[in-house]
Amino acid sequence: MFHIFKKAAQTHLVTIGYPHAPAQISESFRGAPSFDFPSWRDARPAADACPTGAIRIEESAGRRRVTMDYGLCIYCGQCSEADGTSAVKITRNFELGVRERSELIVTAEYPLEQDGSQGKLAGLNSGHASEGETKEHLERSVHSRIQQVLGRSLAIREVDAGSCNGCEMEIGALNSPVYDLERLGIHFVASPRHADMLLVTGPVTRNMELALLKTYRATPEPKMVVAVGACGISGGIFGLNYATIGGVDAVIPVDVFIPGCPPRPHALLHGILLALGRMEQRAI
Amino acid sequence: MTQSAVHIFDQIRDLCGVALDRWHEANEAEVRADAALSDVRRMVASLIENGCRLASVFAEDRTAVTEDFLIYYVFDHPDDERFLVVRTVVPSHMPAFPSVAAEVPAVNWQEREIQDWFGLVADGHPNPRRVALHDNWPDVHPLRKDFPSDTVLPPFEGEQHVYRPTLGEGVFQIPVGPVHAGIIEPGHFNFAVAGEPILYLQLRMFYTHKGIEKRFEQLPVNRAVYLAESVSGDSSFSHGTAFCQAIERAAGIEIPVRAKRMRTVLLELERLYNHVGDIGAIVNDVGFGVANAHAMRLREYLLAVNEELTGSRLLRGIVCPGGLRHDWNDQQTQRCRESLRGFEQDFADMMQIIDSSDSTRDRLEHTGILHPEKARDLGVVGVGGRASGVDRDLRRDHPYAAYDEVLFTVPVYQEGDVLRRLRVRVDEIGQSLGIIRQILTVLEPGLHLIAVPPLPPDCVALGAVEGWRGEILHWIRTGAHGRLDRCKIKDPSLSNWPALVEAVQGNIVPDFPVINKSFNLSYSGTDR
Repeated sequence: MFHIFKKAAQTHLVTIGYPHAPAQISESFRGAPSFDFPSWRDARPAADACPTGAIRIEESAGRRRVTMDYGLCIYCGQCSEADGTSAVKITRNFELGVRERSELIVTAEYPLEQDGSQGKLAGLNSGHASEGETKEHLERSVHSRIQQVLGRSLAIREVDAGSCNGCEMEIGALNSPVYDLERLGIHFVASPRHADMLLVTGPVTRNMELALLKTYRATPEPKMVVAVGACGISGGIFGLNYATIGGVDAVIPVDVFIPGCPPRPHALLHGILLALGRMEQRAI
Repeated sequence: MTQSAVHIFDQIRDLCGVALDRWHEANEAEVRADAALSDVRRMVASLIENGCRLASVFAEDRTAVTEDFLIYYVFDHPDDERFLVVRTVVPSHMPAFPSVAAEVPAVNWQEREIQDWFGLVADGHPNPRRVALHDNWPDVHPLRKDFPSDTVLPPFEGEQHVYRPTLGEGVFQIPVGPVHAGIIEPGHFNFAVAGEPILYLQLRMFYTHKGIEKRFEQLPVNRAVYLAESVSGDSSFSHGTAFCQAIERAAGIEIPVRAKRMRTVLLELERLYNHVGDIGAIVNDVGFGVANAHAMRLREYLLAVNEELTGSRLLRGIVCPGGLRHDWNDQQTQRCRESLRGFEQDFADMMQIIDSSDSTRDRLEHTGILHPEKARDLGVVGVGGRASGVDRDLRRDHPYAAYDEVLFTVPVYQEGDVLRRLRVRVDEIGQSLGIIRQILTVLEPGLHLIAVPPLPPDCVALGAVEGWRGEILHWIRTGAHGRLDRCKIKDPSLSNWPALVEAVQGNIVPDFPVINKSFNLSYSGTDR
């Protein structure tokens, strides 16, 4: 007992200030890539290097359309390395949670030059819902009602629907004294019947499809679903094959998507609080 | 330090009494030979009698080239630094091979995988039911080459798995999972209990089967590294390294000394953060929350070190064929050294808290015993094996990276209970810190990466890493255009799950979580 008290006295406060204070994150952290679409001359090296096909190129009639899907991105940084110009940069941005899958997809259009490079940016669809749409979405969805019903307390059931366990490592860390989820009135529960929210990782495998559906049905209304990680959003590096059916929204409706591979605990906090309407969605 | 390389396989070959053709040393890590299909049982029996261990059995579809399937048997021996890979041919018109699972229980699941994925029948298998594809799946064999990789199967309508019934008065069954109470991976446990004690446990895995081995055949090698990292998220760097080792062998290159040393540091960092987390989780499962809070704090501390060195808390995106993607500057290595010095004292304090609790020791000692004999029969590897007298560690027995230039010991216990599995981890943390310290002392400037020449097609190679859980094997065959024709992965969890079944017998249900945690196996690594 003496050792316990001695160590407790020696150990200073370890809990982070986030989300009330800015996150303290290592300079080395690889977050979301950012693209300077107007100055991007050639997307091919980055698209070739991308392990999950998050950067995709379509060409027709002298035009090139470049699509960047943050829901497939695993934040490896290969695109920036392969591109080698200042048009693709790795940032330390981690607050990437969104309410709509489409908001993770950015599309840029260019005329093609003779040498295969891109001309002047002809169109950019950032995928972001406009302010009006976001408001409409909030009204349309049950979020405001859920917030009323659940107040400031939330019970989460975590469901691994096929993940590599990387996401579970980071979700588990939320229970540590460092992130201390319970200080925010949020805790993990053992059964979907006790839960307000399902926090689901993927890719959803054929062998977990039924279990996920049953877990969803066992969760009482009102309920929310948060899809975690590139695989939970899109199937990620595993893609679609005989054994997987891709993202969580292929099986059950999803309220918030949290990109990352895996998303760091701060990103998980942001996404969970975004679902509760206690944090704002950020521009990617 | 490694002993002088003893080549005992060459002696065993003569004692074996079975014709092993085309015997040759393919590289410094591998001896290859061919055996006739009819000789397989005798070959396996005699090699095991001579002290070999059958580490893995897997198949390959070569029907496009030779109209045959190939089955590979990977052996190792305590007195040889190489692996022995014996190959046998299964003609496609007679798709069956002799099962050795009755004699070598370690390959029970692996042979059934071959049945499920390739449609080759394991003749004489004691339990030939499906394992990797669940019972409700249609009759498909996805790892065959004539099975298109973009196949989407219709909804499954087959029968669900039927568990063996439990008979007897007062005996009942407790089904648990696949969705569990904690933040863990999915699997189904069916306990047969009489009152509190567990009579036996039936396991149903492969809920997270995501077709990884097939997926490898679709991706270019540089992208496939990321897939290797995602075989088991908590072993990203070990799996990535095993895969890169196989690629480097196929390409015939040797990575620079600095890259080898940096890999060694990162492999040990992976061991450190996982072992610390496990120690906390084990004591937490017997109600010692304070100690677990310290363990989680320390784990977080180590994840910050990981991020500082690699940009990723789980050590992702740093290993690549040819070395490592990024070098470290002096400031980074200096900070790593200082951080680990701080960790060492902090960890010692935590262990003092744990060790001074008699009630914790009381719950852990004699709980979940895996007898050394069973551990050997089941081919248990890694932490679970070393706590039950299996004195094996690839770092010492098949040195790779820079393990041949550091001094360390391999902790081994005989008792095989939860306490010893915890102690193995504690001892290994001390050894890991020593290894990192030694490496950082000799880490000289140099290349961290060399270019990998285009991969020649039709080359096979093996990569082996002692991950924090145990032995990780990646076996590849290169294909055309820099892609892979086959990638076989063996995670240590695959051979250790049956050990859990043995270890829980006779224990009470409330002790199951702590026994399970003391093995801490990867569901994803098993299921792939």
